[in-house]
Amino acid sequence: MTKANKRNLGFLLGFLAVALVVAGALSYFADSDPDGLDHATLSGCQVVETDQGERLDGSCIAQNAQEHRLGTGPLADYAVNGGEGTTGLAGVIGVVVTVILAGGLFWLLRRRPAKE
Amino acid sequence: MTTPVAMHMSDGLVNSPTALLFIGIAAVGVAVAAAKARADLDDRTAPMAGLVAAFVFATQMINFPVLPGVSGHLLGGALAAILVGPWVGALCVSIVLVVQALVFADGGLTALGANVTNMALIGTVAGFLVAVALRRFAARGKSALVAVAFIAALVNTVAAALGFVLEFAIGGDAAFSLGGVAATVVGVHVLIGVGEGIITALTVAAVAAVRPDLVYLLRGTQRPLELRERSAA
Repeated sequence: MTKANKRNLGFLLGFLAVALVVAGALSYFADSDPDGLDHATLSGCQVVETDQGERLDGSCIAQNAQEHRLGTGPLADYAVNGGEGTTGLAGVIGVVVTVILAGGLFWLLRRRPAKE
Repeated sequence: MTTPVAMHMSDGLVNSPTALLFIGIAAVGVAVAAAKARADLDDRTAPMAGLVAAFVFATQMINFPVLPGVSGHLLGGALAAILVGPWVGALCVSIVLVVQALVFADGGLTALGANVTNMALIGTVAGFLVAVALRRFAARGKSALVAVAFIAALVNTVAAALGFVLEFAIGGDAAFSLGGVAATVVGVHVLIGVGEGIITALTVAAVAAVRPDLVYLLRGTQRPLELRERSAA
């Protein structure tokens, strides 16, 4: 391996490590309040916690929102099988899935040097 | 008690014809991006682009507070475009949104077209146009590059929010005033854009500090001699 290639690999591994730490550890410190879009769609409603889950009292756009069709999937809502405290693991899986999918696609799409 | 993390548009916020329309727009946009992306992808940049997508996924998980009871998160279009170019960048954000919708139940399936249109297409293009307009200034030095990254990211966030306003105007529930929705969505996304700007600026600065040759926006702005020295080192 040439020096430049080694340096390139080192940088890529470092970048991957940062992504894994952000998704795997920093994610526990994320603010759980509704994000900007949710805030806007919830405007006019009050979120009431019930035994069946959340209920929206009042009148707001979010009442038109449908349950996610894949909402019972094993990694739904960034948790592993709905487990408490599994956000980090779900995040790590997400980073790995994304890097394989995106990296694979970009590798296939790339221009190859002309054969000599 | 943690509330389920949902960050993108759910199904049902706009009517089906509108959702379908934006699935079509997103499909055309992604196809164009994929065709154009080839020119920017080679053995060196393809792995970098894969990691940019993974980094955007990771960073989108980090909701930061913007107002009492309201959070925001990075969208990532401007960040990706500055690092790997607009076409590859749009694909990076699209892939993240597909993974989130299919694997993490975040962002509705019929709303995927609208989410891709807003964050991967509109946001990325808007952010990149700002960055390109300021490219010569950005090449002046580190603080200039950081400032450009910040502004591009802020514009990217607000532009993506305007995408939602557009979709809501076309196919949203008419019982709610468009002006009110627009004011709330855009207002809060200006604040989120500040956070997006800070994260984007820090990330671009970090990459530029170690590998300026991997910052797409700086390509062609550095003297060739300098570049040759770097790659030989």
